[in-house]
Amino acid sequence: MSRLNFLLALVLVVCALALVQAQHRSRSYFVELERLKKQARALDEQWGQLQLEQSTWANPARVDTLARTQLGLVAPPQERVHVEMLVGAP
Amino acid sequence: MNYHSRKLLKLNLAPWRMAAVGCLLLSGLMLVAGRALYLQGLNTDYLQGKGDAVANRNLTLPAHRGQVSDRHGQLLAISTPVESLWARSTELKLTVDQQAHLARVLDMPTRDLTMKLARKTRGEFSVRRTVTPEQAAKIAAMDVQGLYLRREYRRYYPAGEVAAHVVGFTNVDDLGQEGVERAYQDWLAGREGERQIMRDRRGNTIRDLTPIKTAQMGGNLALALDLKIQYLAHRELAAAISAHKAKGGSVVVLDAKTGEILALANQPIFNPNNRQDYQPGPMRNRAVIDTFEPGSTIKPFVAAAVLERGLFHPDSVIDTPQTWLVGNKLVRDEHPHPQMTVTEIIQKSSNVGAVKLALSLTPQQHWEVLHRAGFGQLPGSGFPGETAGRLRAASTWRPVEQATMAYGYGLSVSLLQLTRAYMAFANDGEVMPLSFLKREPQEIVGVRVFSPSVAREVRAMMEAVTQEGGTGTLTRVPGYRVAGKTGTAHKLVNGLYSPDRYLSSFVGMAPASNPRLIIGVAIDEPSDGVYYGGSVAGPVFAQVMAGCLRQLALPPDAPETATRMTLNRPPVVARADGGV
Repeated sequence: MSRLNFLLALVLVVCALALVQAQHRSRSYFVELERLKKQARALDEQWGQLQLEQSTWANPARVDTLARTQLGLVAPPQERVHVEMLVGAP
Repeated sequence: MNYHSRKLLKLNLAPWRMAAVGCLLLSGLMLVAGRALYLQGLNTDYLQGKGDAVANRNLTLPAHRGQVSDRHGQLLAISTPVESLWARSTELKLTVDQQAHLARVLDMPTRDLTMKLARKTRGEFSVRRTVTPEQAAKIAAMDVQGLYLRREYRRYYPAGEVAAHVVGFTNVDDLGQEGVERAYQDWLAGREGERQIMRDRRGNTIRDLTPIKTAQMGGNLALALDLKIQYLAHRELAAAISAHKAKGGSVVVLDAKTGEILALANQPIFNPNNRQDYQPGPMRNRAVIDTFEPGSTIKPFVAAAVLERGLFHPDSVIDTPQTWLVGNKLVRDEHPHPQMTVTEIIQKSSNVGAVKLALSLTPQQHWEVLHRAGFGQLPGSGFPGETAGRLRAASTWRPVEQATMAYGYGLSVSLLQLTRAYMAFANDGEVMPLSFLKREPQEIVGVRVFSPSVAREVRAMMEAVTQEGGTGTLTRVPGYRVAGKTGTAHKLVNGLYSPDRYLSSFVGMAPASNPRLIIGVAIDEPSDGVYYGGSVAGPVFAQVMAGCLRQLALPPDAPETATRMTLNRPPVVARADGGV
């Protein structure tokens, strides 16, 4: 009888320790989750800023000016354009 | 052996001493129990509140406004967090040195900053709404009591003024004020969320106390706009406005098959990224909000009306004297052509011919065609403040008015409305509902305005406009067949038609064999001597149309014309100050 009691007490102690351990793990996972969420938000913001930057650089007005002034590009004159019709195209 | 029997160990205590010690211990116990009862039972709410205040936090979860992009995903509006500088006057402690330093960082005169900070208000006030990240870092390093940096979302418009009239803008509270930003405010706006959390002493979040109310991010919006076409329209319009010294103007580009608004540009412009000195004038989306008398661009509808009733054929010959009296109104043509076919009336834009066609209809029939084409009704684009124009009921028309109505006076339209009505000719009689939003072709149901045969006949007449002998020879696009109609209307100034102030317009479509695009151009008060719609608005149409057709890679339907004509225009260097 006393042996069984001893065994049960032991099991109880193990369970209690496991509970403590589980609680601790839950908390640390939660902290980790929060950290990652925060990181996700920061990355999202950064993505937005990069998109903004990209679209500012790719602004047609800017591209147009650079192409004409710095690179000296022009639209090809019509007599140098040859239109090729695909056979069977509508 | 019994201890009790030992004499030596027998205590001989006075009973009162026992009682005193007992009482002392008991009272101590009572004190502790009483305190515990007080803390745990009676005062628990207060103390629990204090405890929670240390560990628990209510957080608002920020939600930002949705993005607006063009049909290919190019950004037109985006919210991005910026720091803003706030001060609390009750706590503010700033030395003179610090103030000078802060003024340098913020790049503002020290005197202005001092005045700003001297404000005595309860609570907080904003020192600077937008602080750059570098400035924010410097201010944070100063560590001044009473100055706070706070994260806020600010709206940016990367396309700047190019798409400003369509996209609109928001105010400082992130509420849409104009354009799409206003029309789709509910969809774009985000809703903040809330969560209650418990923190440990290091400030880590330990657990949620209540279920999280998640923040709802604002929805993104893909417009029908094509930024490249939009830029093209903006650039060509700006060039024409300055070349002709005009007061203003608009260009509308529609997809003839779907009713989507591919581009909509206005002059004058404004920069939506610059929130200071807004003026209402340049902000107005003229193409949608302003009305004008359409002039000759209304004539194809008269032609369609008489063809539809079988009153004339495109080749019917009509006597067209140079002047003709209706009631007491003398209708006159610029150039004499004693006899013209219906096609030539449209081609040469004869007022007398158009009046003769119109007067073969009853006012009711005439009105009915204009009404079906959408005049006098809202175009249904959903744009805030869009106008229905003006088309009076047929019962109030006098014969003179019906005559002037035939060449576009006595009714008013917006450019968007007029361009939309031309969809009836471009799309074989069917008008598709307008849309500022990108949409899938299968979800559109159109409205039939003319029969396919009438629409094609009128389209053929409008093609003659751009050919030799027509009023719109400057609207030709190499390699493509173009159909359209010019318009030159005297402006109504203080109730009288001004002899020298005009509104020049052109609405056209290409490729004429199966139109994919409709472009409407209106130029307000060109004042360098040229004012005919075909010479002022026509070239803008041709340039924009040529660019669009190339952009969309549409196969030429008249390739033989491609090498005969040249685009011999010096390149336009566009203003490039549309940045952020």
